[in-house]
Amino acid sequence: MTETETSPRRGLGARAADLFLSDYFVLYMSLAYVAVLAPFLPVLLTPGNVVNVMSNMWPLLIVAIGQTFVLAIGGIDLSQGSTIALTSVVGAMLIAVSANPANLDLAPIWGTILTENGGPLAGVPGNVAMGIAAMLVVAVLVGLINGAAIAIFQMPPFMVTLVTLITISAFTIWMTQSENVANLPEGFIALGKGDIVSVYFGAKDESKIARKVIYSAITYPMVIAVSVAIIAHVLLSRTVFGRYVMAIGINRKAAEISGVPVRRVIILVFVISAVCAALASILYSARLEAGRPSLGEGNFLLDVIGAAVIGGTSLFGGKAKIIWTFFGVLFFVLLSNTLNLMNLSSFQVDMVKGGVILAAALMDVLRTRLMRERTR
Amino acid sequence: MTDILTFDALSKSWFSVPAVEGLTLSVREGSVLGLIGQNGAGKSTLMNMIGGVVAPTSGQMLWRGSPYAPRGAADATRAGVAFIHQELNLFTNLTVAENLYIDGFPRRFGLIDHKAITARAQGILKRLDLDVSPGTIVGQLSPGERQLVEVAKALHNDASLIILDEPTTSLTPRETARLFEVMGKLRAEGRTLIYISHILGDVARLCDYIAVLRDGRLVDTGPVADFAVPRMIRSMIGRDLAGMYPPRSGKPSDAALLQVSRVSQPGVLEDVSLTVNRGEILGLFGLMGSGRSELARILFGLDPCASGSLQLDAATLRGGPRDRIAAGMAFVTENRREEGLMMDATIEANLSLVGIRSFGRGPLALVDSASLARRSEVSRHDLGIKAGNIAMQPVKALSGGNQQKVVIGKWLLKDPKLFILDEPTRGVDIGAKYEIYSLADQIAAAGNGILFISSELDELMGMADRIVVMSRGEVMGDIARPDFDSERILRMAFREVAA
Repeated sequence: MTETETSPRRGLGARAADLFLSDYFVLYMSLAYVAVLAPFLPVLLTPGNVVNVMSNMWPLLIVAIGQTFVLAIGGIDLSQGSTIALTSVVGAMLIAVSANPANLDLAPIWGTILTENGGPLAGVPGNVAMGIAAMLVVAVLVGLINGAAIAIFQMPPFMVTLVTLITISAFTIWMTQSENVANLPEGFIALGKGDIVSVYFGAKDESKIARKVIYSAITYPMVIAVSVAIIAHVLLSRTVFGRYVMAIGINRKAAEISGVPVRRVIILVFVISAVCAALASILYSARLEAGRPSLGEGNFLLDVIGAAVIGGTSLFGGKAKIIWTFFGVLFFVLLSNTLNLMNLSSFQVDMVKGGVILAAALMDVLRTRLMRERTR
Repeated sequence: MTDILTFDALSKSWFSVPAVEGLTLSVREGSVLGLIGQNGAGKSTLMNMIGGVVAPTSGQMLWRGSPYAPRGAADATRAGVAFIHQELNLFTNLTVAENLYIDGFPRRFGLIDHKAITARAQGILKRLDLDVSPGTIVGQLSPGERQLVEVAKALHNDASLIILDEPTTSLTPRETARLFEVMGKLRAEGRTLIYISHILGDVARLCDYIAVLRDGRLVDTGPVADFAVPRMIRSMIGRDLAGMYPPRSGKPSDAALLQVSRVSQPGVLEDVSLTVNRGEILGLFGLMGSGRSELARILFGLDPCASGSLQLDAATLRGGPRDRIAAGMAFVTENRREEGLMMDATIEANLSLVGIRSFGRGPLALVDSASLARRSEVSRHDLGIKAGNIAMQPVKALSGGNQQKVVIGKWLLKDPKLFILDEPTRGVDIGAKYEIYSLADQIAAAGNGILFISSELDELMGMADRIVVMSRGEVMGDIARPDFDSERILRMAFREVAA
């Protein structure tokens, strides 16, 4: 097709460009980043830190996957963070086994839904599954509201999801009066912390092994996040639905005239985004052992969109891959982790993150230009 | 009389295809020149050269005897040229006065001097007898008033040559009459006008002399006294058409496929009825604003219609595009880039968009990419799409003709009964045009119907079994192939005679 492909010997420049355009570019970049920093930050590659990086990665990956679908149709979902908080609180208030007596006179949920004996599902068999189901139902509702406003009433996604963001987080904080809903059942907490396979690197003849030298290898969050990633990958790249998503992202008018069920697909995409937020909410709430109204606040959105964009997903739609988002999340989490290890304050960390996202956006422009030159 | 603007062997080629070729013509100061020609005759290219938007490939222009080579719209404005286009170039969110001064606000203490611009604008509006306040937001004005604001802008820049390109398309008869009155005033002030229009009666009435362009060349020119409308039409067309169109390989049947009866939509269509039979190519001819594309959009369920009935194969058509596609319709729109293709996506992705559902397997509708690739390869072969790797190459890397084949190809995957082709050969070179005509012929020969919409009468006369002529939302006539007569059809489209 292009001259570079037909000529047998290829220049260094062309090969560098290949690398730059590869799906794995961000993975290579992450590995190079680690290789460069490892000598200066010995703690980076210790098992404890690797486990830490991974545990930070899984819930963020799930949220970013949801966002990737939205970005693929050329939209944006600002309400994911608030959906995490809402579903976290809803799940927790149903399954909590007891409530802090000091909160019981706070209303609206304290003393009504939550009593000394916990939430309505406390002690009920299958309560964890029911609580999760409730979280997912709430997420589907949020997604339907976002999607319907955007697809049917043709409102801009930025506006709609900004309003849902504000409304939902205010509702969540009002509902809980800013108090965490703690005392979750063990079965739920295991989802965020439970190991399936653990490793121990110490001596074999040790009679007593301290908990902190046993490292998680395969955890529930990992299994959940990787499953979500695989399903999302298949959905986006291998199904008719995925083709529709891309078509809408590239040219909505042409898609409409070609018979793509544009509205249905847009609604579904926002439902996927909200459901991913709820799945991440399960992991976050379980890890923190509480339903937290403050989850997903602040710069969380920056992390999500930043990770997707660093991976290579375009904010203009029509260009998205789950594998890109996977590597983008990996890079982003590594970045946060290393900056923390350097003892930088959270403000300094955010400043660096901002710069990196800007660099990623610039890279996207360069990549698009390079692509265009190649296909000319 | 002196010449204000002279073209001296002026030529412009796009990728070695000439758009204007060896044009030599003088525009006399203080007169009105009528410039006519079919779409693609080279009028726009010529105007763009005058306006400094494109540079000539060879030849030169002279402005009052000295070389004139504008390198941008600003140069043209400075020389004294003003354009009034069919699509107005006004800022609808600004006031009339602000629009006049948009390219240079007078300032006082660094701020816009509103008092000064209001006063000056008031003076100009008065000269035009335009009874609006300079502070009115342009968006609130009628199309006719906006057109006059454009004229005011030309006066504000003290233009000595004013070029009006189809200025009456969106005006009511009264607004048109008013514009003509203003044109008379401008001429009386000694300004020079170039008037471009499809409405030949207006051209004959307003202009002092006529120049006819065809295929980029000046084919006829002379004083208006020698130029009756029939001579204009003859000069505009008149070309040997043999060999440009493939012979028709099938015969249309008498069985009605699409029946449109008494369709009306206020302001768009009025009582439109037509029938497309199986195996037939029905040509739909009309000028810009005749409602031809609007009818297509209504047929495909993209726009609503207030009354009337649409039937395909005796079944009433309902719903939006998805229902129309399910009923067996296909729509190649006039905007290939905006509505036809996903320009950044691959050829294969474009070819498969309409028919992708049938490649979904299992409950998740996983795309069977192997059979999709095979089917796309068949399409590429059948359509003669000239591309390297259809699974990798984006459709935007193709030529216009090949892009159009992709648009037609994506519909063929669904095997539709009725094709609506709206300007299918726009922006397509001669060779690819022939291939697209052949595709249309094959589709019809297989027993399907085609509604072939075009503003190029030649191609309709070459391909259609019948031609329906529309003007201002109404059907003006329905002519069968043996009675094809370009003069008569154009007269209908121009409303020179009643059907």
